[in-house]
Amino acid sequence: MHNFITYYLGTGIVGSLVSSLLPLLWIFPYALVAMWIELKVSAHMQDRLGPMRTGKWHGWAQPLADVVKLLQKEDTIPTAADKLLYILAPLLVFVGAYAAYAALPFSPAYIGCDINLGIFYIIAVSAIVVLGILMAGWSSDNKWSLLGAMRTAAQLVSYEIPSSLAVIAVIMVAGSLNLNDVCAAQAGWFWHWFIFGKFPFLFITFIIYFIASLAETNRAPFDIPEAESELVAGYHTEYSGMRFAFFYLAEYANMFTVAAIASILFFGGWSSPFGAFMSGPVWGAFWLITKGMVLVFVQMWLRWTLPRFRVDQLMYLSWKVLTPFALANLVAVGLWTVLR
Amino acid sequence: MSSTTRYFRNIGKGFWTVLIGMKVTMKHMFTPAVTVQYPDARMTIPERGRNRLYVNMDDCIGCDQCAMACPVDCITIETAKSLPTEDLGVTSTGQKKRLWVTQFDIDFGKCCYCGLCVPPCPTECIYMTNVFEFSDYDRKNLIYSFITLTPEEVAQKTKQAEEAEREAAAKKAAAAAAAAAQKAAQAAQKPQTSPTDSSQLTPSAQTSPIQKNVPEVQPPPSSTGSENQNQDKPN
Amino acid sequence: MAELHTEEMVLNMGPQHPSTHGVLRVELVVDGEVVVDAVPHIGYLHRCFEKHAEAMNYQQVVPYCDRMDYLASMNNDHAYVLAVEKLLNIQVPERVEYIRVVMAELQRIVSHLVAIGTYGLDIGAFTPFLYCFRDREMVLDLFERTCGARLLYNYMWPGGLSHDIPSDFIEKTKVFVKQFPATIKELNDLLSYNEIFVKRTANVGVLPADVAINYAASGPVLRGSGVKWDLRKMDPYSVYPKLDFDVVVGTGEMGTLGDCWDRYMVRVREMEQSLRIIEQAIEKIPEGNVQAAIPKRIRPPVGEVYVRSEAPRGELGYYIISDGSQNPFRVKARAPSFVNLSLLPEISRGYLIADMIAIIGSIDIVLGDVDR
Repeated sequence: MHNFITYYLGTGIVGSLVSSLLPLLWIFPYALVAMWIELKVSAHMQDRLGPMRTGKWHGWAQPLADVVKLLQKEDTIPTAADKLLYILAPLLVFVGAYAAYAALPFSPAYIGCDINLGIFYIIAVSAIVVLGILMAGWSSDNKWSLLGAMRTAAQLVSYEIPSSLAVIAVIMVAGSLNLNDVCAAQAGWFWHWFIFGKFPFLFITFIIYFIASLAETNRAPFDIPEAESELVAGYHTEYSGMRFAFFYLAEYANMFTVAAIASILFFGGWSSPFGAFMSGPVWGAFWLITKGMVLVFVQMWLRWTLPRFRVDQLMYLSWKVLTPFALANLVAVGLWTVLR
Repeated sequence: MSSTTRYFRNIGKGFWTVLIGMKVTMKHMFTPAVTVQYPDARMTIPERGRNRLYVNMDDCIGCDQCAMACPVDCITIETAKSLPTEDLGVTSTGQKKRLWVTQFDIDFGKCCYCGLCVPPCPTECIYMTNVFEFSDYDRKNLIYSFITLTPEEVAQKTKQAEEAEREAAAKKAAAAAAAAAQKAAQAAQKPQTSPTDSSQLTPSAQTSPIQKNVPEVQPPPSSTGSENQNQDKPN
Repeated sequence: MAELHTEEMVLNMGPQHPSTHGVLRVELVVDGEVVVDAVPHIGYLHRCFEKHAEAMNYQQVVPYCDRMDYLASMNNDHAYVLAVEKLLNIQVPERVEYIRVVMAELQRIVSHLVAIGTYGLDIGAFTPFLYCFRDREMVLDLFERTCGARLLYNYMWPGGLSHDIPSDFIEKTKVFVKQFPATIKELNDLLSYNEIFVKRTANVGVLPADVAINYAASGPVLRGSGVKWDLRKMDPYSVYPKLDFDVVVGTGEMGTLGDCWDRYMVRVREMEQSLRIIEQAIEKIPEGNVQAAIPKRIRPPVGEVYVRSEAPRGELGYYIISDGSQNPFRVKARAPSFVNLSLLPEISRGYLIADMIAIIGSIDIVLGDVDR
């Protein structure tokens, strides 16, 4: 029963429509909660309080207020902008981020589309984001945006390589591209998780994947594209209101995708860490979401601790540090798996 | 060291310093925040805090010291001489008041809150309070007027002062004319004409080109110590 | 194959830019990402300080002095009152000298905290800024209890001080001195030795010592290039000869001598030295009346004087010409940030745009000082 919706509603138009819109039901509340967590985490790490008044209890309604504010802003399009590209860009970025949710198994009973290619599809479709960003930077008709977009494109493309190599290492161990099988292969108590397997190579694989995926999501220390103190706001300088909200939403959706993939590949996904205790279709969703949120918190922690990389240092890190390590790691894991 | 060792050492250093940084931020995550949630909670302004000025007009003798001390000329003072018959009272320090203060405006849009106007005051009637929340939507509302006379009283006092001055000037002119006439009569009586040097009567305008004539005002008693000027009187 | 014709792009940084430390416009000529030339355009914050000074008496100039380098007001006042006292040829009580030194050094710490915090912000680290400002609050609290203001003090008057220190000042300062080294250690852990920060600032904006001296640089900019020049030791004033401290110079330990990291680290280590000075001076404050030597009316004899002091940003000097009247004839302020900023084109050629931010931040300018 890999998709309880198609089980009950069939595989026709209705079933497909519902199951393709279901992740939205997760993304919107998650984005609001993640925004609030980010505000509070950053505040407490900086010895301050963060939002306290919107919504009375510790400012829980602050993200809601931000969304309403963004929605009621004037929709400006620069006169010299390339209109079609300008309008399409945020949509493409969001589509690239959202399409990955089709192959993410939230629980043993729900995966949007149970294809054999699972993780391969996710990596491929996430590359659409690069297109969207390039379109945004170019169509804004702004030197700073263009610079930001070019840097982003270079960054995203370069970091796909160590990220994919890391994923391949895990897939070799799991034996299947389908993420459901990867989760199932880690069933049992938490020492069955892949992060503890083939020690220390899969641990190194996790580090490589986490760093590379941080760069994929444009989070600090890899936030050159949005470097507020350098390029004002990078490729989305000229965007305001709802269009900006799309970029923002896409960033948070991406954060969770990457965290979810990391938890599926390395931390057991929807398998419970206590073996058969607390496992099942509903518990599975709980475990995946929890593990994903923990990794999202680590992403935020890193953002507020580290300064930003310069563009050439970013490239150096990807090509001269992460890729060789990922390759060497792949060979080691491969040999280990084969020689067993 | 060779470049390979340097390469690995840099990677190692990178990881290690990142972990140390993360430890610092995590530690701060659990230390209590230092924020004071204004406006629900307020920090106390210290006794010497320099915020909005207040003038106690009962003690003001209209000496203009504060206006002269101000570096941005935000205090405007106009006074009118009182008649000898009027009794304006005595300040709390025992000085007799002789001037009606007809205008005492402080423009808080110009005031730079330096506190230079406070020490020169001989009666300590101008002082800085702890009020800082007085922003307004209109700049004109930042001009505070401290006088206690009504506009009618102001007009009346100014008029009577002008009249008194005019009378005094007229009397002086009459006396001077009488004295001159007397002198001329005496000169006409005596046969020998002593050449009266008319130039002796004209005042010599010998002011050095650079030195300006600073009116000699009774210097105020120097303000000593910190106790006197820092009592925070309520607004 | 014909040569590809590329043009250099002219990029305008500022005057509204999050990282130029004020209203500074830098015209960058870039070839791709490499900076070919950087021309600073200033004057957006010019407030005619020197013209104002001619229209008011010596006492009234002090609040205007505060507002030049608004992050280091005490040091601005200090240099000015030293100049006026030299003109008047009066000797202030020793208590005044010691309190002035304590205030100046506390202000140095505060100014460096701002420089370090905002430098972290420019490079992308958001958190150290708040730790710096949290500690700054303790010192601003001390200042507010003493003279009533947090940023622009009008505390040092020609001949003395406006207020004597309150009774709990010394113990509160001791509390601050005791807990501040922990903050410096935290800053070092989080920012100074962080590999990413080091990679962003080491070997960037290298300023050789001879170039620095030729450009009349002063302060941490000069000391970061290895030149051991500190006016508190070379041309001592006030009671500095009686206090024991070291002059901090850059050593090139993370990269080249005279790079941005050196200048940044000189500021961090100078804060430690300032703590040493404060510790000693606090113990030695003698009794006295801080307002005994304040003249009732300041009318210096005809003459001129130039007095310089070590402000947090460099050599701050006042050249005062007196014509014998109550108002100065001319007050010229030699502003350290103005002179240091002239270095910018020289040290930024050949670096990337992202490095420009690091370089401007490491020179540590305050536009109030540059434009006056």
